[in-house]
Amino acid sequence: MRLLLVDDEEELVSTLAERLTMRGIDATWVTNYQEALAAVEREHFDLALLDVRLPQMNGLELKRLIAARRPEMKFIFLTGHGSEEDFEACSAESGPEYYLIKPVQIEVLMAKINELTQS
Amino acid sequence: MPLLDRFKPKFLDHHDQSSGMYKSLFNFRLLWKQSIAITLAVVLLPLFTLAFVNYRVSTDAVESELLLRTSRLVSNARRTLTAYLHERIIALNFLILDTSFEQLNSQTRLGDLLNHLKSGLGEWHDLGLIDHTGIQVNYAGPDNLRGIDYSRQEWYSKLNYKDQESYHDTIGMRSDISDIFLGFRKAPHLVVSVLHNNPEGQHYILRAGLQIAPLNNILTHLEVRGDGDAFLINHKGVIQTPSRYYGEIMTRFPLPVPPPSDRTEVFEGKDHLGRAIVTGYAYITGTPFILMVIKQKSTLMAGWEAARTKLLIFLAGSVLAILAVVFSICTYLVNSIYRADQKRLASLHQVEYANKMASIGRLSAGVAHEINNPLAIINEKAGLIKDLFTFRQEYANDHRLIGLVEAIIAAVDRCATITRQLLNFARNIQVTLQKVDIRQVVADVLAFQNKEAGYRNIEIKVAISEDVPEFFSDRGKLQQIFINLVNNAFAAMKEGGRLEILCRLSDDGSHIVTKVSDTGCGIPPENIKKIFEPFFTTKSGSGGTGLGLSITYGLVREIGGTIDIESTIDTGTSFTITLPVEYPKQQGEHNAPIAG
Repeated sequence: MRLLLVDDEEELVSTLAERLTMRGIDATWVTNYQEALAAVEREHFDLALLDVRLPQMNGLELKRLIAARRPEMKFIFLTGHGSEEDFEACSAESGPEYYLIKPVQIEVLMAKINELTQS
Repeated sequence: MPLLDRFKPKFLDHHDQSSGMYKSLFNFRLLWKQSIAITLAVVLLPLFTLAFVNYRVSTDAVESELLLRTSRLVSNARRTLTAYLHERIIALNFLILDTSFEQLNSQTRLGDLLNHLKSGLGEWHDLGLIDHTGIQVNYAGPDNLRGIDYSRQEWYSKLNYKDQESYHDTIGMRSDISDIFLGFRKAPHLVVSVLHNNPEGQHYILRAGLQIAPLNNILTHLEVRGDGDAFLINHKGVIQTPSRYYGEIMTRFPLPVPPPSDRTEVFEGKDHLGRAIVTGYAYITGTPFILMVIKQKSTLMAGWEAARTKLLIFLAGSVLAILAVVFSICTYLVNSIYRADQKRLASLHQVEYANKMASIGRLSAGVAHEINNPLAIINEKAGLIKDLFTFRQEYANDHRLIGLVEAIIAAVDRCATITRQLLNFARNIQVTLQKVDIRQVVADVLAFQNKEAGYRNIEIKVAISEDVPEFFSDRGKLQQIFINLVNNAFAAMKEGGRLEILCRLSDDGSHIVTKVSDTGCGIPPENIKKIFEPFFTTKSGSGGTGLGLSITYGLVREIGGTIDIESTIDTGTSFTITLPVEYPKQQGEHNAPIAG
C-alpha cells in the first residue's frame, strides 16, 4: 500500500506522512507538482492525497496529469477552502465523498483510504 | 374609528424614518394634498366662473325681457286710451261743426244727439251747451244742470285762453279733457269739451260727461303679469281709475309722480311698502292722465328663481361629485405610488441584505480557508504526539500528557466545526433536486426531536394544508433548514412550551409558505436585524456558535426561497419560509467553471 502526499505545507504533509506510516501505510510526501510528477514517474503508488490549491498548478490538473500516466491510481482531495467551484469540479472527478476539508481526523482519513484501496 | 381606519389610506400615516439612499422619493401627504388641490382648482375654477357668468347673463336677460314687455304693454295701453279719448273729441267736434248753435240750443235736438251718441259710441252720460258767457244754456242728461255757470272753472278758462298745451293744437280742434272728478253728481266721471267760434266771432262750447267704466274696462282687461296693476293718475298724483294696491279712486298716489316724458318709460324701484316693483308709465298727450303699470318683481322673477334654484342644486351636485371623484382618484393614485415606493424600498432592502450576506459569506470563506491550514498543522502535530505516545511504550502510561494532547485535538475539532460551518454558510453546495413532500420532511425532522420534546414537556403541533403539493427542491437542505429552526425553537422555550409548524399554499398557488412558531422568549427588536448574521448568538455560554440561523438563511436562499422573522419578547418567535413550487432555474448550476 503506497501513498503519495502532495501539499505545499511541508509541516503538515511531513507530519501526516509520519502518522500514516505509523499506521502501516508506505507514505511519500512532496510539496509541489514537479516533484509529484517525478515521484509518479519513478515509483508506483496506489493512492494520491492531493491538496486542491497548489502553487503553479491546482490539484485537479495534477490529478489529471498523474491519472494519464497511472490510470490505476486512486485520489483523495484535501483542501482548506472548499469553495463551490472546487467542490463541484473535484467531486466530479473523484466523487464527493473523497473531497475532504482540513483539518481531518486521522481516523476519518484512514477510513477513506481503506475504502478506496479495498474497492 | 376602526371602520375609518379601514378606509384610511396608509400613506397618510407614513412617517419617513429612514434616511440616506432609502429615503422615500415622495412626501405622500403633501403629494396627495397638492394633487387634490390642483385638480380641484383646475376643475372647479372654470366651473364656478362659467356658472357665475351664466347666472349674470341670464339674470340680465330675464330682467331686460321684463322691462321690454312692460314697456310694450304700456305703449299698447296708451295707444288704446288715446284712441278712445280722441274718438270722443272727434265725435263732439263733428257735432259742433255739423249742428248750428240754434239747433244745439233746442232741448229735443240735444236730447236726440245724446241718444245717437249713446247708441253709436256708448257710455255717454250727458251733453251740455255753454255759451260765450260760460252759462250752460242747454243740457241733455239725467241731471238737471241747465243754467250752471262754468265761467269761473279752470277748464273753461283753459279752453278759452290757454291754447298752447291743449289737444286741439295737434288735430286742429280746440278741445279739453278734464281730470276724473266727482262733480255735481258725486260720481266719478270725466268731461270732454270742444269749443267752436261762430262766424260772428262768438264762441260756444259743447260739453259731454263720460262715464269712466270704458276706461276701467280697457285697463282691467290689460293682461298684466306679475300681480300687475294698471291705472291712471293725473298730473297732480291723484288716482283716477281703480288700482289694486295703490289706493282708492280720487285718493293720492303713494309714490312720487314720475317725471314728464314723451315716450313710454320703464324703471325698477321700490314701492311705499318696500316691495321691489317694475314701473312702466306714459303721459297721455292732450290729457291730464298718466298711465301707470306697476308689476311686482318678486312674482315676475318667481319662475326664474325656481330655475335658478334648480341650477344651483345641479351645481352643488356637480361640485360634490367632482369632489368625490377627485378625492378618490387622487387617493388611489397616491396610494398606488406609495405602495410601489414601499415595494421599491423593500426590494432595495432585500438586495442590500443579500449583498451584505454575500460579503460576509466571502469573508467567512476566506477566514475559514486561512485558518484551516494552520489548524490542520496543529491537528497533525498533536496527532503525531498522540501517536507517539500511543505507539511507544515509554509515554503510554503518562495519562496526563495524553490528556493534554487530546485536549488540543478536541480544541482543533471545535475550531474545525466552526470553519466548516462558515464554509457551509458561504458556499452554495450543489443543489440536488428531487421531488419532495414537505409532510415527510417535517415528519423526519420531528422524529429526531420527539424524544426531547417529550422530555421537556413541549407540545408540537403540525398543520399542513391538503393543497400543498409535492415540489422539486433539495431534500437535504430542506431537512437542514427545519432541523435548525426546530432546534432554535427548542432552545428558546422553557418547559411546557408549544411548537407549531403550519404550512399552506400561497394565495396565487406559486409558493409554499411554512411558518415555524414557538412560544419562547422572543427576540428583542434590535437583534432581529442581526439574527441571520454569522456569529450572532444570544445563547452565550450554552455552546451556540451563532451560525445556525445564518446557515439556515443561506440554505433557504440556495433553494430559491425567502425567510422572514416575526418576534415578540416573552410571547414567541415565528419564522416564515416561502419556497417556490416551481424550482427557479439558475444559470450555470451544473457546469460551473473551475476557479484557478
